[in-house]
Parts: sequence; structure tokens; C-alpha cells
Amino acid sequence: MNQFQYTRVTTPKAAVSALSQENGTYFLAGGTNLIDLIKREVVVPERLVDINKLPLATIEKTSTGLRIGAMAKNSAVADHDLAKKHAPLLSMALNAGASAQLRNMATVGGNMMQRTRCPYFYDPSMPCNKRSPVQAGPDKGQPNGPSGCGAIGGINRMHAIFGTSNKCIAVHPSDMCIALVALDATVNVSGPKGDRKIPFGDFHRLPGDAPQKDNTLLPGELIMSVDIPTNKFADNSHYLKVRDRASYAFALISVGVAVDMKRDTIQDIRLAMGGVAHKPWRLTEAEHFLRGKPATEANFKQAATIAMNGAKGYGENDFKLTLAPNSLIDALKTATKTA
Amino acid sequence: MTKDLKNPPIDRVDGRMKVTGGAQYFADFELPNMAYCVIVGSEIGRGNIASIDTKKAQGAPGVLGVFTHQNMPPIPGWDAPVGGEADGPAPKPDTIEKYRILSSPKILFDGQPIAMVVANSFERATYAASLVKATYTKQTARTDLEKHLAEGIAPGRPGSSDYLRGKADGYQSAPVTLEANYTIPVEVHNPMELHGILAHWTGTDSLMIYAKTQGVNATQDAMAQAFKIDPKKIHVHTEFMGGGFGMGLRTWPQETAVVAIARKIGRPLKLVMTRDQMFTLVGHRPYTVQTINMGADSNGKLIGIAHAATAETASYEDFTEATVNMTKFMYECPNVSTRYRIVRLDRSVPIWMRGPGEATGAFALESAMDEMAHKLNLDPIEFRLRNYTETDPEHNRPYSSKNLKEAYQRGAEAIGWNKRKNEPASQRDGDWLIGYGMSTGTFNAFRWEASARALLNADGSLTIQSAVTDIGPGTGTALTMIAHNVLGVPLNRIKVAYGDTSLPKAPTQGGSAIVSAVGSAVYDACTKIKKQLVDLAVKDGGQLAGRQADELMMADGMLSIEKEPGKKVALSDLMRTNNLTVIDKSADSKGGPELGKYSMYSFSVHFVQVRVNPLTGVVRVSKAVSVADSGRIISPKTAASQMIGGVAGGIGMALTEEAIIDHRFGRFVNNNLADYHVAVHADVPAIETIMIDKPDPIINPMGAKGMGEIALIGFAGAVANAVFNATGQRVRDLPITPDKLLRAV
Ligand SMILES: Cc1cc2nc3c(=O)[nH]c(=O)nc-3n(C[C@H](O)[C@H](O)[C@H](O)COP(=O)(O)OP(=O)(O)OC[C@H]3O[C@@H](n4cnc5c(N)ncnc54)[C@H](O)[C@@H]3O)c2cc1C
Ligand code: SF4
Repeated sequence: MNQFQYTRVTTPKAAVSALSQENGTYFLAGGTNLIDLIKREVVVPERLVDINKLPLATIEKTSTGLRIGAMAKNSAVADHDLAKKHAPLLSMALNAGASAQLRNMATVGGNMMQRTRCPYFYDPSMPCNKRSPVQAGPDKGQPNGPSGCGAIGGINRMHAIFGTSNKCIAVHPSDMCIALVALDATVNVSGPKGDRKIPFGDFHRLPGDAPQKDNTLLPGELIMSVDIPTNKFADNSHYLKVRDRASYAFALISVGVAVDMKRDTIQDIRLAMGGVAHKPWRLTEAEHFLRGKPATEANFKQAATIAMNGAKGYGENDFKLTLAPNSLIDALKTATKTA
Repeated sequence: MTKDLKNPPIDRVDGRMKVTGGAQYFADFELPNMAYCVIVGSEIGRGNIASIDTKKAQGAPGVLGVFTHQNMPPIPGWDAPVGGEADGPAPKPDTIEKYRILSSPKILFDGQPIAMVVANSFERATYAASLVKATYTKQTARTDLEKHLAEGIAPGRPGSSDYLRGKADGYQSAPVTLEANYTIPVEVHNPMELHGILAHWTGTDSLMIYAKTQGVNATQDAMAQAFKIDPKKIHVHTEFMGGGFGMGLRTWPQETAVVAIARKIGRPLKLVMTRDQMFTLVGHRPYTVQTINMGADSNGKLIGIAHAATAETASYEDFTEATVNMTKFMYECPNVSTRYRIVRLDRSVPIWMRGPGEATGAFALESAMDEMAHKLNLDPIEFRLRNYTETDPEHNRPYSSKNLKEAYQRGAEAIGWNKRKNEPASQRDGDWLIGYGMSTGTFNAFRWEASARALLNADGSLTIQSAVTDIGPGTGTALTMIAHNVLGVPLNRIKVAYGDTSLPKAPTQGGSAIVSAVGSAVYDACTKIKKQLVDLAVKDGGQLAGRQADELMMADGMLSIEKEPGKKVALSDLMRTNNLTVIDKSADSKGGPELGKYSMYSFSVHFVQVRVNPLTGVVRVSKAVSVADSGRIISPKTAASQMIGGVAGGIGMALTEEAIIDHRFGRFVNNNLADYHVAVHADVPAIETIMIDKPDPIINPMGAKGMGEIALIGFAGAVANAVFNATGQRVRDLPITPDKLLRAV
């Protein structure tokens, strides 16, 4: 860990202007990801701007749905009556993430901004294009280490099967974001050039040629809140997380399903998958296929086949080509059963 | 005189101290003027340090020294095995590499210390350590055992030689045969408490050490050898340990280095390692590949077993363990052969991890037994019973005690074995498949030498002393119970002092041997006190004059006549009338030659019920029953805790634990507790433990055998067997993660 400056701000405006001032400045929220990255010298900050005192932790009902402040703790959102009632998928996804201690510290904004868990990214002695996008000088002595993708041809059991590039095959590790992308959330941000809204599906990005960029947030922008539109999915939502141990492990595959059922028929549906891509992966074509169809295993299987279009394994993660559709079927069965 | 009765469950004597923070672990000790040490590890798996730049680190605030191979203070016993190699030095002549910490630019394994940075605070030492930069000339690190299986060498230690009974290929001619390969990955002990040491030179050749060791006497000896000083001048203290599981069974080179540096800087020096260093500097369960060939006749009688194992070790030390041993004596079988090989790789050296090699071997043998039972269409318990043996076929001698049949029966009842169907994949609960599995475990019951001292004080209270460390199993509690049973001193008036070299010498806490070894010494010391008390009471003019020793009993701090409840004398009165302020007795205890006539083992049987999701491959252990046949149970509560801990570890071994190396770099990729999956609460169901609790008449006066290892040994096999029963899929490489069970829909 290097020496850095620390500032605490109390207004979003101060936060934005503090961040715009210099390179190497980072917002500090719960710190559950950022501090680890600093300790491992993956992030070498000049300055941390502590945003924990910002008044952005409210969870409220608005005329169009729910608004959740960026500084709301993951546990507070998961256990909030409004979330449980209007967005149970979000509650379930949050409670499937990390551990109770981490959820008590982690914030909504921080969760969206958390970096991948790819092991090469966390070890500056190993090659990684996300951590070291350009080869700068000799390997050693560079705090950010060698570039190249360690996971391609390496240990990639946890890695992506959709939307990869030859530069990076990492996954976005969040559970919460799977629910938010399924529920058509909108991200409200404030930046040096003013406020703007980003549809959740456009917030994270695919690696392409710039794996160092996880998302479309612009320099200096602060996440203020997330809006979830009113929906009819409350009775038939399910978050399935398949992982190597029963708790406190990242997803091998996770599936968020939210259905509006009319008797046995799927009126409307939202599907998203985690553990498969550099961004929370929405399954629009499978949704389209299922809309208006009866909730039968045959239809689920077909939807799963459609969902897997374009999937590609990298060796150790080939099993996801089977686990992903199986999990989708399992989650669909559970979500539609409780009608 | 002593009644051999089942012992009552008593609370852990150190429980309150542990939960209130009163228990002091090595890192809790603070000394005036203490400095802190942080290790910088190599980032390559094999090669040489080309250059190492310590200038920035030297100039960082608070730094007192940066030690590398260029300026490491000499260790006088350098050429002796520094740190006491686990099994003694390698046989000669040999080409084995030499590893002496910070003595050369040569890198033999990833994570090898290349610098030790000392500063006046832990944070400053950590920061300065991050400023040390090295360049390397890299060589290819050979770390993948699977690629080097052909390079196995016979370790050349007596315990590891090839074994043959009958014909080596006896299995081949059997009507029903089986050949299967089983793999276990690298597992890491990962106790909660990080490893380290605090060293304080109290004089030019006297030393105080607060260690994280399973044996204070062993650390004392290792340091005496390394620094060529009188062991009596070395004081080692480890009263409590936050889990060891085997990683504290030796003194590690970095501990010796800390002692050397402490002497150089003239200040007490503390090292607390990081979690990732726990993966490379304090041993691990070695990656092991095993092949079992088995043959049986159509009546389910075994005809032959051949068991071969190949395990990794370091390039600089031959680590061996008893992986294939269980196969030699577990079942009646005329033709048995075993073979054990090690491959020297560019890896840090392994060390015994709970259940050690026996747990690795039991996974293979007990999986194969299940596979064979399936081929024969026999119930797995029935198959084992048909090959049950009352005498040890390896040594042709009786077991000191064996109640395994009863263990099979009671465990089967408790799990509801009658609900199991022999046909795999035939039971469901909703979408989930249900299966049952079982497995046997066994481990040597030792009787090592140990000493203890007992002091009966004038007020009737009793103090027990032994150098043994309590690594968590409840040693202090068990010793209290043993003393109580001999002298009848109330439990709350007994104090046990342990974990310090100022106390009578004891073996290292390991091998499930401490209740037997130290317990016997305590028993003997207390028995001496008892004899003196009885003599005083029955002598002419004594309070119980003229009575016979066998009429007397001791309870509630009294010596009394068993058949005449009113006739008694308080121990404190007895001492006062004889002008005694203390009765102080020591005992050195070891087994007699008659023990050699018997094979002494503890046994366990593990039963599990699993639920498997056929779509996702997720396995959940939904019920677990573990039965221990380990002689008389001294402390039922802590014994049950031992079994429960073993099951939790066993679930980890079966389903989640695997340390993964990227062989291109020879480096771990999951060396932290988020990515190395130790079983968490949600993985562990309620566990039923059953104690057969029948005394072993041979091993020691208490009739107690050990149970730390059998709690784990066999458990992973039981899970694998249950998964097969649930799904019809046999997984032979641990851990059984969802991907291994996936089948396309
Ligand atoms: C061991 C472990 C296990 C975990 N398991 C899971 C899991 O199973 N599932 C899961 O989903 N997550 C898991 N996590 C990740 C956890 O959810 C994240 O670490 C957490 O959500 C990050 O939130 P934070 O508030 O602590 O962010 P911080 O660590 O404070 O910040 C993370 C990043 O977000 C930026 N940031 C924070 N707030 C804002 C804002 N308002 N606007 C703009 N940028 C901002 C920071 O600058 C920083 O770059 C795990 C983490 C750990 C350490
Ligand atoms: S997958 Fe991405 S994050 Fe992982 S090593 Fe490759 S570039 Fe780095």
C-alpha cells in the first residue's frame, strides 16, 4: 500500500469536484473492494475521497417505482420492506452475495463498481490486460505488472462465455447487478458536466480492446442512485446462484428470473445471468421467446438453447456451456412454480 | 479401586478464557522495544535472483533492517537441518537440493522468502516490504505432479517401503475386478490464526520464544541445534494455538531466521505471516494420485488389492506420509501389495495435514470398496463385514481392541441406512436426488513417552503440569478429567498448566496421541499421590488405620471407605495432620514391551446423506453421522467437538477445498480465504456423533485411544460414495464441485 491523501466530503458536489481535480483519485465507499485492491497495489491512489457521509442512503418509493441511494448498504437494501415487496429479486440477489459482514459494509454504488475477481487481475506479478493495459517498460518495478491475459490459456474456470474478447475474458462478479439489469433499472449519475441517466444495461461494458474499462461512467462522475420501475414480478421472482460452497463464494452461474404469470402462461418475463460475461448478461431473446407461452419444461429448454446462442468456452470453463442452460431451466421452474 | 465408568460431559476448562479474550496466543504478546518483521516472497517458482533492490525499503520510515541473502546473519547450525525436517534428513547419497533460508540467490519454490524487512511497527514493515524489488533469471518451474508421475522415487525410509502379502497381482485372477485412479489436490491447513513467532534474546545465549508450534519441546530442540546453544537456555511458550491441523508440527525456516535477525538487531522481533504466505511457507497436504486394483469373488470375498500412490514433495526435502498403510491391515485379503512414491517438484515442502496420508489413502480405498460393492450388487456394509478381520493381517497379531462391527451397526441405525437403495439414482425429494454413503477410517493409536507432574496442595487443590500444547482439541480438559478420576479432587479445584518448556517434557501435539501419552503420565503421577495418601491414611494412627487399600475410594476431595459412607477423611485434613504443604509427584510414562504384541488402532465410521441437484450438480451434505471407536472417551464434550470438527474438515475435503496452481508460473491463484473454499456453516448440517466408548485394555491405564485423525479419515470417501448412490456418477478426483457432476439435459 502506498501513501496517499484522504479527504472526506459531505455533498455530492464536493465529491464530484474533488474527483475531477487530479488523476489517481478514487471514491471510497464501503471499501470492501477498493482497500483490497490498494493493499495489493492493483490500485495505487494519489487520493481517496471518502463519500460515506453523503446523504445518499435512502430507499424510497417514487411515482414510477423505487429509488435506492448509491450509499445504501447492501444489507439495508436486501432487508428493506420496499425492496422485498416491490423487487424481491433484488433482495434475493443481494443476500446471495458475499457474507453478512461484507454486505453490512458494501454499498450499492460500490457493488456496481466492484472489479472482477479474476485472480490474475489481483496479482501484479501475473499478466493482465485489465490491470496493465499497455506494456510500459520492463515487467518488474512497474507497480501494475505485465500485460497479456493470464486467464486465456490459464486458470479460467470462473471466466466468461459470452461477449469475450481476445484481450479479456473476465466476468463482472456482482449478484445485485443481475437483478438490476433484469428489472430494467436506471442509474442516476452526477458529474462535472451535470446529471445524466444511464440505462442499467448500458452501464457496464464488454471488454473489447479496452478491458481496463469496466463501465461507461465518465471521469469524475458519481453514482447518486438507482431507479427500479414499477413491475408485476413480485410474486414470481427467483435468484439462483450456483457456487462452489453454500455461502460466501462467487457465482459459477447465477440466474435472475422475474415473471408476470397469468395462470400457467408467462405474460411478461425478465431474464439475466451472472458469472458469464464482463457485464450483467440480459437474455432478451430468451425472454422474447417465452413471452406469451405456457410455463412448461419444454419451453424452458428451448429458451435455454436460445439463451446460449454465441456462447464460447475457454477450456476450464467449458462446463458453463452446460451449467448455464441447466441453471436457467432450474431457475425458471422455481420462479414459475410459486404462482 | 478406580471404577471404570463412562465419563460425564464437562465443559472445556479453557472455554471461558477463550471466549472472553483471556487466552493469549503468540501474536498477543507485546514486549518492550519490540520490532516487526515482514517477509517478501519470490514471484517465480524456480531460478535465481538477478538483482535485489532494497535501498528504498532501507530508507522508508521506521525501518531497522532489510535482510536478504546478501546480508543475512549466519545461523551457526546452518548445516544441520535447520528447522528440523519432518522426517529427518534425506538418505545419502543423494542429489537433493539444499534449502537454507536467505542463504543464496537460488529460488526453489514460489513464495520463497527473498527478503525479511524489519521496522518499528507492523505497518511500516509492511510498507517497506512492498518497496523491495527483485529481478530474476527464470527457469521453468516443474509444479504439475500429473506431468511428472513417471519421476516417482522410492523415499527410502523404512515406513515407506513396498509391501507385499501373497501375490502382487493376486487381484487379476479374481472373477470380479476393478481398477480406478483417485486424485486429491493440494489442500492447505488454513487455521484461523496466522503463523509466526516472537523471539527475544534475553542474554547472549539465552532465548525466549513465543511460538505457534504444536510442540514447545520440539521448537526448543530445533532452535538449540540451529544456534548451537544449550536447550535449557531456550524457553518456548505456546499455551494456546488458534488451530494447527499439522502446520505447527515442525519449526519452519522463517522462524529460525526471525531468531537470527532478532539477535542481530538486539531487539525482540515478531513475525506474523500473511494469509497468502500460509499457502507456501507452512506446508500443505500434498497433491496425490492413487491407483487401486481390487479383485473379489462372487461371494464378496476380497482376493487381492494393489494400492499405489504418488505424491509431490519439494526439490529440497523428501516428505513422506502413510498414504497406503490402511490397505495393509483393514480387510482380510490374501493378496495385498502397496507402493508409495514421491516426486520432487519445484514446490514448497508439504507437511502432515489432519488425518494426514491416511485420509488421502482412505478416500481411495473406501471409494474402491464402494465401487466393488456396487459391482457385486452388495450393500457396502455387508461387503465390509464379509471381509472383516478380528486380527491384523499385516502383522499377524491381535488388535488391542476393535469394535468396528458395533460402529457400523450403530451408525447405520442413526443415519437410517435402511432407507438407502442399492440402485443408484433411485431416490428423489422433489427435483433433488438423494443418496447415502459410508466409509471406514482408521489411524494408529500411539503410546508415546511423556512426563507430567502433579501437585496436591494443602488446601486440597491439584495442579497438573506438562509442556504439551493444547492446539484446541481440549487437552487441558481431558487431563483434568484423568486427574479427577484418579484422585477424586473436584473438577473446579484442578488446574492444568501446559504449553511451556518450563514444565515436564511432552511430545508434540499430533498423531492423535496426546491423551494416551500425556494422559498416562498424568495418571501415573496422580496414582503416586494417591498411593502416598492411602499409605498415610491406613498407617498406624492414621485416620483410616488398619483398612485395606482396596476398600478405599476417592471422591469429592475425600478418601473414604467405599461400603461405609460415613467413614472418610478430607485430603486437606490428611495432609495437615501429616504436616505436608504439598505432595509433589512426577512421572515419566511409556508403554511396556507387552504393547508390541498388539496392533493398536482407533477406528471410525462415517455415514452421510447427500442431496444432489441433477441440473446444477450442486451437492449438499444433508445429514452426517460419525462413529468413533477410540477406547474409553475421557471428555465426551470435547471428544464430540473433535468429531464435529473432523466432519466439517471432511466436508471441505470432499466438496470444496483445492489450492490451485497456474503451472505456467508455478504460482497459486487462490491463496486467500475468499477463493480457497473452506466449508462454511451453510455447508455443514447438524452432525450426530456416536462414541462406542469401550476401554482398550492394552494401550494405557485409561483405556483411551486418540480421535483427532479418525474424525476426518474416511469422511471424503463417504461423501463420494453417497454422491454415487444419489446420481450413479463416480467422482474420483476431489473436491466434488458442481462441474464434475454436470450432464447435459
Ligand atoms: C471476500 C469477498 C467476497 C465477495 N463476494 C461477493 C459475492 O458473492 N457477490 C457479490 O456481488 N459481491 C461480492 N463481493 C463484492 C462486494 O459486493 C463488493 O466489494 C462491494 O459491493 C463493494 O462496495 P463498497 O461500498 O465496499 O465499494 P468500495 O470498495 O468502497 O468501492 C469500490 C469501487 O466503487 C467506486 N465507488 C463506490 N461508490 C461509488 C459511487 N457512488 N460512484 C462512483 N464510484 C463509486 C470506488 O471508487 C471503487 O472504485 C465480495 C467481496 C469480497 C471482499
Ligand atoms: S481475463 Fe481480463 S482480468 Fe483476467 S487476466 Fe485476462 S485481462 Fe486480466
